[in-house]
Amino acid sequence: MSVLVYLESWEGKFKKNTWEAATYAAKTASMLGTEAIGLCIGKLDEDASEAGNYGLSKVLHLEGDAFNQFDANVYGAAIAEVAAAQSANTVIVSATFNGKALAPALSIQADAALLSNVVALPENASPFSVKRGVFSGKGFNVLTSDAAKRIVLFVPNSIAPEATGGNASVEGTSAGQGSISPVAVKEVDRVKGKIPLPEAERVISGGRGLKGPENWGMIEELAEVLDAGTACSKPVSDMDWRPHSEHVGQTGIAIKPNLYVAVGISGAIQHLAGVSASKTIVVINKDPEAPFFKAADYGVVGDAFEVVPKLTEEIKKFKAAN
Amino acid sequence: MKVLVCISHVPDTTSKINFTADNSAFDKNGVQYVINPYDEFGLTRAVWLKEKQGASITVLNVGNKETEPTLRKALAIGADTAIRVEAEPTDAFFVAQQIAAVAKEGGYDLIIAGRESIDYNGGQVPGMVAALLGWPFVNACAGMEANGDTYDFVREIDGGKEKLSASTPFVVAGQKGLVEEKDLRIPNMRGIMQARTKPLEVKAPVEAVNKTQTGAFSKPAPKSAVKMVDAENMAELVRMLHEEAKVI
Ligand SMILES: Cc1cc2nc3c(=O)[nH]c(=O)nc-3n(C[C@H](O)[C@H](O)[C@H](O)COP(=O)(O)OP(=O)(O)OC[C@H]3O[C@@H](n4cnc5c(N)ncnc54)[C@H](O)[C@@H]3O)c2cc1C
Ligand SMILES: Nc1ncnc2c1ncn2[C@@H]1O[C@H](COP(=O)(O)O)[C@@H](O)[C@H]1O
Repeated sequence: MSVLVYLESWEGKFKKNTWEAATYAAKTASMLGTEAIGLCIGKLDEDASEAGNYGLSKVLHLEGDAFNQFDANVYGAAIAEVAAAQSANTVIVSATFNGKALAPALSIQADAALLSNVVALPENASPFSVKRGVFSGKGFNVLTSDAAKRIVLFVPNSIAPEATGGNASVEGTSAGQGSISPVAVKEVDRVKGKIPLPEAERVISGGRGLKGPENWGMIEELAEVLDAGTACSKPVSDMDWRPHSEHVGQTGIAIKPNLYVAVGISGAIQHLAGVSASKTIVVINKDPEAPFFKAADYGVVGDAFEVVPKLTEEIKKFKAAN
Repeated sequence: MKVLVCISHVPDTTSKINFTADNSAFDKNGVQYVINPYDEFGLTRAVWLKEKQGASITVLNVGNKETEPTLRKALAIGADTAIRVEAEPTDAFFVAQQIAAVAKEGGYDLIIAGRESIDYNGGQVPGMVAALLGWPFVNACAGMEANGDTYDFVREIDGGKEKLSASTPFVVAGQKGLVEEKDLRIPNMRGIMQARTKPLEVKAPVEAVNKTQTGAFSKPAPKSAVKMVDAENMAELVRMLHEEAKVI
């Protein structure tokens, strides 16, 4: 018995998110009284032994032509095969876009229960139970599984990576690609230098109060000084002021950053559904009655066009002094 | 061409979420149900396929009788037939097996589902269906164009987009972008009248197991009162974010 964790890489590189998953696996393994093993898939430019620093004993590296591009079924089947070979009865996957796509396939191939939208470390080893988010941030549920095997798909930013200072061996491994017809990837278009929203630790978000796409410069500037990702409300993406990938809320992306700054957003229930799990919420709105203030930790009543540049200046000063 | 559109029946997005007194279940009292918003995009996309390529559309829900108005609404929007698998959808694996069984029996060319149900936020069913059938799967699908039997897709990925292609049969889990918000079809009077006489078949579930059990529900801890900061004093906000909130 062991815990296997999928260590996702992006264009050969690991991210904070990868080490979050490693930490999740190491802590789950110690709860279950076993070891945690990592699995990397595809070409790597970085040294996977770094995973030892986050509590893994061993890392397996799976390479081959079939894995040069992502396919949910192919990756799912391969992880299932490696899990079987390692007698892993628990597989940890971070709920990135690819993680969410492959986990259902993995659960079918491995005949395992899938526990998704998990927001914390497992609560109990036997029966295995986790806390998961339901109703788009408006509730939680304890989900239990007595199945012999299970996949835990946990929400990015649910736990912090914890460096423990160990070392992991790295070994090659093999797996077939199964008999499932894959999807051909024709083009990958990643915006360079942008922090993907689900994993961003800080997010600056703009709403209809910003009046038009030409006014996003100050949002991007604030995001830059804070190392933050940028987001928006639904009407803003519907009007094409900002790309759909920035739309947060019940029908957009659900996020849980440490800091969420909402500028010119009223705080409709559907918007809150996707952002209320943020640790600290700052609301900047000219209307003191805006519903968002009720869900905020810090509120500023004022005109965004004056407040945001001032906030950016103060953060620059703070950073220069610290 | 036969298209199967999976419809989940969920509380309206404005619903207040409450749980029963013993926290064992969602309290349905006074809650309005709607077609899952992600499935609305898929349904409209299917209607376009019907109009441009002559597809026939079946909408499918695994649920009990109370979901029938939702299926009728889908018929009013443009689906030709509806199937309801008579079972309480308590587990994604169970639901996926029901959908896969219907798909196998009906000889569909493609399945359109949603990225996630907004009630239990599982995001599991479509990928499981694809794996059970051995069909290609496109998750978080924000664009789909037919090219004969081959389809081109746009999929969201971390920090960007990917263009893909696959041949029928396949499963997509869709969202906005399959069609745009402004293009979403809503039922009109004629559609509503027609929907009354369109076939809605009730099927018994195939034998399948649950792999998970839902336990106690809870609500997020209430937020402490908001601290207001003067708009002229952003230095104070920065200090609070640093010293109290410890986020910068
Ligand atoms: C089925 C459904 C799903 C939905 N899903 C989502 C979702 O996922 N995400 C989402 O965001 N919405 C969603 N919505 C829409 C939601 O109900 C609201 O309409 C939307 O969130 C409002 O966006 P907004 O706050 O940007 O705009 P508005 O509500 O127009 O608010 C603009 C705010 O800006 C303030 N303002 C104006 N000028 C200034 C200024 N100069 N300085 C400072 N403040 C200013 C105003 O006081 C106001 O509070 C959904 C709706 C439905 C029906
Ligand atoms: N009970 C159900 N009946 C029909 N389709 C469903 C059901 N549950 C989920 N789906 C489909 O699967 C998608 C994702 O749901 P979920 O995996 O539950 O988050 C939904 O948008 C639907 O298209």
